[in-house]
Amino acid sequence: MDTLNLLADGLQSAFTLENLMYAAIGVLLGTFVGVLPGIGPAMAVALLLPITSGLDVTQSMIIFAGIYYGGMYGGSTTSILLNTPGESASVMTAIEGNKMAKRGRAAQALATAAIGSFIAGTIGTLLVAFFTPALAGQAVKVGAPSYFAIMLLSLVLVTSVLGASRLRGFIGLFMGLTIGLVGLDLSTGQARLTGGSLELADGIGIVVVAVGVFALGEALWTAAHLRRKPVDVIPVGRPFMGRDDWGRSWKPWLRGTALGFPFGAVPAGGAETPTFLSYITERKLAKPDAGFGEGAIEGVAGPEAANNASAAGMFVPLLALGLPVTATASILLAALTSYGIVPGPTLMTDQPDLVWTLLASLLIGNTLLLLINLPLAPLWARLLRIPRPQLYAGILFFASLGAYSVNQDPFDLALLLAFGLLGFAIRRFGIPVLPLILGVILGPLMEVKLREALDLSGGDISGLFNEPLAILCYVLIVLVLVAPIVLRRFGTPAQVLEEKETVR
Amino acid sequence: MSEPESDTEARQPPAVDRSQYILAAALLAVGVYTIIDARGLNVGFGDPVGPRVFPYLIGTGMVVLAVLLAIATARGDVAQAEAGEDIDLTTPPDWPTVGKLVGILVLNLLLVNLLGWAITGALLFAGSAWALGSRTPLRDVLVGVVLAVGGWYFFYALGVPLTPGILDGIL
Repeated sequence: MDTLNLLADGLQSAFTLENLMYAAIGVLLGTFVGVLPGIGPAMAVALLLPITSGLDVTQSMIIFAGIYYGGMYGGSTTSILLNTPGESASVMTAIEGNKMAKRGRAAQALATAAIGSFIAGTIGTLLVAFFTPALAGQAVKVGAPSYFAIMLLSLVLVTSVLGASRLRGFIGLFMGLTIGLVGLDLSTGQARLTGGSLELADGIGIVVVAVGVFALGEALWTAAHLRRKPVDVIPVGRPFMGRDDWGRSWKPWLRGTALGFPFGAVPAGGAETPTFLSYITERKLAKPDAGFGEGAIEGVAGPEAANNASAAGMFVPLLALGLPVTATASILLAALTSYGIVPGPTLMTDQPDLVWTLLASLLIGNTLLLLINLPLAPLWARLLRIPRPQLYAGILFFASLGAYSVNQDPFDLALLLAFGLLGFAIRRFGIPVLPLILGVILGPLMEVKLREALDLSGGDISGLFNEPLAILCYVLIVLVLVAPIVLRRFGTPAQVLEEKETVR
Repeated sequence: MSEPESDTEARQPPAVDRSQYILAAALLAVGVYTIIDARGLNVGFGDPVGPRVFPYLIGTGMVVLAVLLAIATARGDVAQAEAGEDIDLTTPPDWPTVGKLVGILVLNLLLVNLLGWAITGALLFAGSAWALGSRTPLRDVLVGVVLAVGGWYFFYALGVPLTPGILDGIL
């Protein structure tokens, strides 16, 4: 087994004392930041990006792997112990998890979430290790027209799947694409949308956009609507599960993993859909006395596993194609690029050490997460009581510090503020964040592929359609755009929506 | 973040969300500016696509979306503001707090090169906590100083010395 050998090599290089230390730092930091209310995994990764400056690429990837899984774990703690979940992926966990906590079963809810995340994350990471090389091997043969079509398809999918309003999804997407235009045109070196500013000539970094939109935007938006009454945090001891809980949890873990991984690997809005599907599945399969709606452990085990499996699945398109499908993946891609590494199908062959060490550290981080965090759960729970003025002041502080530390230029702080205000506006107008972030990072890549494809055909538009894969993508795009309109005529989605409503 | 689906929006009373017109106008302006800006680019010989096509596509798309948003707004489409752990959407927006925070962020970016991060960072933290309703200014300033000076030394240790400002030589 070639893959197993490579993974074993990766484990070996990740298993130095120094690298284990970086993994532990990443896990602890990720959990710490992820537990804080109002901070999801994407914001955690964006906020913590600057601390890796000065490290080499492998070490920073190890830290990131830890931060990513740690942030996910922290998010589930928040949604179980607080009544209101912070991000869409935790909505389903919160439904049963918070009810369990209120009935005095917080320890079991946290335990099934942690162990389920560990199992799903481990299986998911192993699947990434098996699928990515094969996919990358195929992707090397993919030409510019198909690449362009694949990226277009991902953008259309993400934009159409997320949220209630497709119009707003596309508005977010085009905002992102416009931001991506800023800077010098890659082939002619002419400045676009810079308004003559030299500082903008290098383009706008995805990190400034992400920190501005996620961190500053969230802090300002929360400031405008801050809940003045104290939050209700449920105290918790050390997580554990009884025999009965294990018996009820293991099948939902595996089913959640099976649902989450494929959804994570395709651009379908990350964990929102699979966690929802997992919740529905478990509720349908559960015995009537399982107590769904009053705190059924299956309703925590399934969605949490789905959440983490989809977090792992994200690495397949990222490593095999250089294609990010979530906001976190976009930031990781930007981090890789900043080390001069070209993400794409050749990454597996150009940087095998990096890729396998990264995958190995995902496995290690996942294990550390379980070992370190189960005993620490009561401590993390206390973080939820952090006074809100200081919490959001801290977010503003660290966001500014991160943006300033890159170039030590106050202009970056101004840019950060501008994107913070944009983040405020999109929250006010209900515009989803993910299409915006993906637009910023995929827009420039798409333009490169578009021009490559059309250069080959001498500007003839047929150059975009001369590969079967590209045509398949366009057919799918048309289906995605047209199908909902047709289905609405026949009234099918109404039932689905009704189902979604009754769950919430 | 539970967004009711569009069909529930239809059931709400048909109140026109006027500020969405402002958003539509802003999008329109951005789209038009993108197109105008692209007109100023030179297309070289032997470059069948050139730097203009992509901005044209994006600018045009933006204009179309702006018009669609305006139409949807006129038909009574209402935005679903984002919910969250610490967010209470039943209260009207607290503009004074947002204004104070923006003011503090602006002060920080104006003063950071003059005074140095160790000072402005501490002020940023303490000021933001005050704006958000903290009643422990002394403690906030102390925490802010620890964070800001700590942050300065952290990046110093990473080999990224931040501007010391007037504290040059002291830190």
